[in-house]
Amino acid sequence: MRHIISVLLENEPGALSRVVGLFSQRNFNIESLTVAPTNDETLSRLTVTTEGDDRVVEQITKQLNKLIDVVKVVDLTEGEHIERELMMIKFKASGAFRAEVKRTADIFRGQIIDITPNTYTVQLVGSSSKLDAFIDSLGSTSIMEVVRSGVSGIARGEKVLSL
Amino acid sequence: MELLSGAEMVVRALRDEGVKFIYGYPGGALLHVYDAIFQQEEVEHVLVRHEQAATHMADAYARATGKAGVALVTSGPGATNAVTGIATAYMDSIPMVVITGQVMSHLIGEDAFQETDMIGISRPIVKHNFSVSHAEEIPEIIRKAFHIAQTGRPGPVVVDIPKDMTNPTDRFPYVFPKQVKLRSYNPVTKGHSGQIKKAFDLLMSAKRPVIYAGGGVIMGDASEELTELAQALNYPVTNTLMGLGGYPGTDRQFVGMLGMHGSYEANMVMHHSDLILAIGVRFDDRVTNGVDKFCPTAKIVHIDVDPASISKTIRADVPIVGPAKSVLDELLQLLKASKKTPDDEASKAWWAQIDEWRQRHGGHYRTDDSEKMKPQQVIEMLSKVTGGDAYICSDVGQHQMFAAQYYKFNKPNRWINSGGLGTMGFGLPAAMGVKMNFPDADVACVTGEGSIQMNIQELSTCNQYNIPVKIICLNNGSLGMVRQWQDMNYESRHSQSYMESLPDFMKLVESYGHVGIKVEKYSELEAAMEKAFAMKDRLVFMDITVDQHEHVYPMQVPRGSMRDMWLSKTERT
Repeated sequence: MRHIISVLLENEPGALSRVVGLFSQRNFNIESLTVAPTNDETLSRLTVTTEGDDRVVEQITKQLNKLIDVVKVVDLTEGEHIERELMMIKFKASGAFRAEVKRTADIFRGQIIDITPNTYTVQLVGSSSKLDAFIDSLGSTSIMEVVRSGVSGIARGEKVLSL
Repeated sequence: MELLSGAEMVVRALRDEGVKFIYGYPGGALLHVYDAIFQQEEVEHVLVRHEQAATHMADAYARATGKAGVALVTSGPGATNAVTGIATAYMDSIPMVVITGQVMSHLIGEDAFQETDMIGISRPIVKHNFSVSHAEEIPEIIRKAFHIAQTGRPGPVVVDIPKDMTNPTDRFPYVFPKQVKLRSYNPVTKGHSGQIKKAFDLLMSAKRPVIYAGGGVIMGDASEELTELAQALNYPVTNTLMGLGGYPGTDRQFVGMLGMHGSYEANMVMHHSDLILAIGVRFDDRVTNGVDKFCPTAKIVHIDVDPASISKTIRADVPIVGPAKSVLDELLQLLKASKKTPDDEASKAWWAQIDEWRQRHGGHYRTDDSEKMKPQQVIEMLSKVTGGDAYICSDVGQHQMFAAQYYKFNKPNRWINSGGLGTMGFGLPAAMGVKMNFPDADVACVTGEGSIQMNIQELSTCNQYNIPVKIICLNNGSLGMVRQWQDMNYESRHSQSYMESLPDFMKLVESYGHVGIKVEKYSELEAAMEKAFAMKDRLVFMDITVDQHEHVYPMQVPRGSMRDMWLSKTERT
């Protein structure tokens, strides 16, 4: 099963490499990874999506908690949560297909953020599966480049991950 | 307030930490620190001949005392030579602080002379590591390093110090913090009472219980509590390789070590049990054998200070996160306050069964060929000559398993071996580290002619500091454990497993200023060993010729259950 794990991390040199190193050292899988400082400049927030059964995910959270630089860990998929990912995707867009890209982007509430006579660059925000669906609906032949941010997530309601 | 240089702060902070010995080897990046060491007398530096030995000495000190040992090595090759020793300590959860020199800050990343990324290299084999970026932080970082190394599940911590941080002309106020706070590090100090109560109820209703105790009992200083609880319950106890001495080895309730080379009765007891009280263990693959066949009828209570050790390979029915000492103490209090007692009838039946297993195969080996000395006989003699009271520091291989099986450890912290990593070359420096700190105790290094040559250069250090350890070298002229596997699995094709061109160990140790004794007949062993241990102030190297064809038994059948064992070359359960 796919899990979204959120980690509060000391904003220190080397902290990120400890997390990434742990995943490779213990043969855990990383599907996507995002990290950035938070409003508290001493803390970074890291989100990692991973695949694994309950036993593996339990080990991942326990091993993450053991790292001295890790302040808090939560598996967002255990509760109600929102996930978002940002994608920028560049199409070869000419002829009839040009209009097709525009229409599909509108349906997915994407924005066209750059235009040349032969290309469109679309920005799209949503869950990873929504981004996948957008790519599928336009086919891969005209895609020139895809860049995805990786997943960020937050719990619904009053639940927060903070000190 | 006193102003000190970074180099002086390193030494002063170690002193304030209560460190008596640091084991190390100088080099360019550490010259300021070595100059500061020269100018004081409170902390004594022990000069090894190879950095790996420095880490093993510090590690063994920690295994014998529970306090973190300290190694000091220079940048680049000094640091990489220490890697094996750091990994050894990490695998066995041993507290250790390793200070590594580093090139000057402005050169880091430029492939400078003797530069290596020690923070990166050590990351997977340390509990934590620090890089010093402001000299005035040195005392606090060293305090944090000791705090992290010694609390919770212990482990090694590396402190990497660029040379410019120790510059003698840059001076800062010295403050040694009594306490340090780390918001992200709060090891548990107590188990969950509700869980402990659940465990207690299971313990009291068990009919075929077993206590499976490991290194967590030794490093957690809990062997008294373990012994008291086990004896109050009259339950059988088995120790892991790392846990030997945690429960008295000569006690009736002790069924021996368990696992791959565990005793027949220990593995049978485990397999047939209905309740396993696991304390300070990690269900290592050398213990469980095939995990899918592991102890099919047992419920499992698992006590460990590290939550990640619980349900990692074998699912616990009652997990208890907490230090062995306090959790065992709570179980004892519950037992004292309770009117319940263990089921007497079930206990009698269980012990009758255990005694039957013991009768059937209580650690026998054959001495049919009187020409050849058996390695087991040597260990039994060592146990006899030292009264079971010596510190036994082992290398890795068959001799290690024989020592674990045949030396009867009645006290904790006396059995010092590289269990997790299996580091050949560990034994001699380990014995040195123990002997320097316990000069009046008998300290033996049990080794083989293969392992001893992996750190033989330390005979020179022993000469310099007069470290009179006794080296018990079981010389079978081959890498015995490799040979055993080749006998069992590769139709005795002994690929690279025999030691050609062995040195004359007698001449070798004499050239280092020590005493050598060669023993080839069992009839001469006792007198020779007594003579060796009577020479209190001399290092004695006993080169003992033993049977090359001996195998370590029992040996679990790969991927089988706990009870699937070879009992000899021809006999299987």
